[in-house]
Amino acid sequence: MNVALRPAAPAFDVERVRAEFPILGQLVRGKKLVFLDSAASAQKPRAVIDAFRDAMETQYANVHRGLHWMSERTTDAYEGTRDVVAGLINARDRTEIVFVRNSTEGINLVANSYGRGVMQPGAAVVISEMEHHSNLVPWQMLRDAHGIELRIVPVTDTGELDMAAFEALLADGRVGLVAITHMSNVLGTYTPAQRIMALAHAHGAKVLLDGSQAVVHRRVDVQALGCDFYVFTGHKLYGPTGIGVLWAKSELLDRMPPWMGGGDMISSVTWERSTWANVPHKFEAGTPAILESVALAAAIRFVQGIGYDAIAAHEASLTAHALDRLAHVEGVRVLGTAPDRGGVVSFTLANAHAHDVATLLDREGIAVRAGNHCAEPLMRRFGVDSTARASFGVYTTHAEIDALADTLDRVRSFFA
Amino acid sequence: MFDDVRDLYQEVILDHGQRPRHARRLACYDATAAGDNPMCGDRVRVWLRYAPDGSVAEAAFEGRGCAISIASADLMAETIRGRTQAEIRRLFAGFRATLGSGDPAPQPEPADRDALERLLPLGGVREYPSRVKCATLAWHAVLAALEGDAEETSHE
Ligand SMILES: Cc1ncc(COP(=O)(O)O)c(C=O)c1O
Repeated sequence: MNVALRPAAPAFDVERVRAEFPILGQLVRGKKLVFLDSAASAQKPRAVIDAFRDAMETQYANVHRGLHWMSERTTDAYEGTRDVVAGLINARDRTEIVFVRNSTEGINLVANSYGRGVMQPGAAVVISEMEHHSNLVPWQMLRDAHGIELRIVPVTDTGELDMAAFEALLADGRVGLVAITHMSNVLGTYTPAQRIMALAHAHGAKVLLDGSQAVVHRRVDVQALGCDFYVFTGHKLYGPTGIGVLWAKSELLDRMPPWMGGGDMISSVTWERSTWANVPHKFEAGTPAILESVALAAAIRFVQGIGYDAIAAHEASLTAHALDRLAHVEGVRVLGTAPDRGGVVSFTLANAHAHDVATLLDREGIAVRAGNHCAEPLMRRFGVDSTARASFGVYTTHAEIDALADTLDRVRSFFA
Repeated sequence: MFDDVRDLYQEVILDHGQRPRHARRLACYDATAAGDNPMCGDRVRVWLRYAPDGSVAEAAFEGRGCAISIASADLMAETIRGRTQAEIRRLFAGFRATLGSGDPAPQPEPADRDALERLLPLGGVREYPSRVKCATLAWHAVLAALEGDAEETSHE
């Protein structure tokens, strides 16, 4: 395989990027770490590690409550991340950014607040067959608690949404919300956001996009997308665990009741009643992820420093290389052949279970995920119990993909 | 190649994992139960037929899973044959000790020595904590079948 045939964008130097990630120098079982599990959680660049530590060493107190210098500075930093996030996804207003723990919490917030507080029993929610459990289970819970009907868009053999079926599900006008992944964590497929938006809005439904994977690989512009809700999680975007983002249009956030009650989300409290703080704070009960917000801002600046054009070009090149190399390993079957895809490739190997594959790869220092990837219905759709999954990030190299393919070939002979 | 995984994937495991001898459904059975490992999607169902004295006359299984879990199910079906419920529990305790999970085993009963010897190749999972549950899945299902439970989910 001639790597030189597929150059990454000229300005992008993967070795320089790798130098920013201290963990990539680690040996695993005496071998060089080949980390192909970024879709589960990405590694952290020096800037994020430093921001986290610097905050603790120089600028830390609780936010929104101290009148003292430290609290004011910390509040500025925390609130400053809202601006950074708003810039990242081109939100119209910084108050449209709600901090949550992760994507899962963002989706649960929408299900509990918008779902129970705004949607009426008898309305329907549409999700797809390729959802992560975190964009499935909250809607099942809403269905059971609030009398919402749950409708599922099937996935085609190529791993794309069946758009004709989607349109049919919307036809009766009862769908209040469409909640769909922007990029599949199993198939790598980017869903056709513009068409989803056009169809859903034409039928009076709002749209939530689960951007957990998508925002890592391509520029996201929520205004250009035209969606109503967007969620993502910090730890996959080279940021810390414990912080994620829910973006929603102001007029929706204004109509939504708070989900969790407590400190920070109120305006005044008496025994009789409490009144709510303004958006977004009415959705941020309790002491938030202060340090994590500072580190998330550092992660976003890191990504912006490389630039989404370079990231997308590098990862498109890696993905093409991976699909090409895997196609030449006997017995490998890749799930999903959608042309529009990000840096995630799931596969099975004939005669070897995904866990055995992962264990053998691990012996060579190659980290992949094996299992159902929190997407059991999708596994059933493709008639498999589990797959192995290689996923790529800014630091992934073509040589690492070669190592994966070469080692897979040996795994195949081991179990032959 | 992969010489250093031979401790985990010993010949016996590759052999029984790929060509299990007891992988079938029993037409006539007295007890059955399924084991499910939601973490990795492995599933196994075991069937038991009892002898008049209450011991296991025949055991068989059907399952989908990795080489370790299939090989372990197969060796389980082989080794529990002829044993009573109490004896199977004791054997499982000894087996878990081999895996480095559960309580350390006391000196094995002479009656268990051959069976534990047979199960010994699975002991390689010791070094792979996330794989221990693969080796115990079928055993949990058997205990559930012996107790008359239909489903057993392994959280080991
Ligand atoms: C598509 C998708 N949605 C949601 C999630 C959930 O993310 P988190 O666990 O950070 O809430 C993930 C990650 O596992 C994902 O890949």
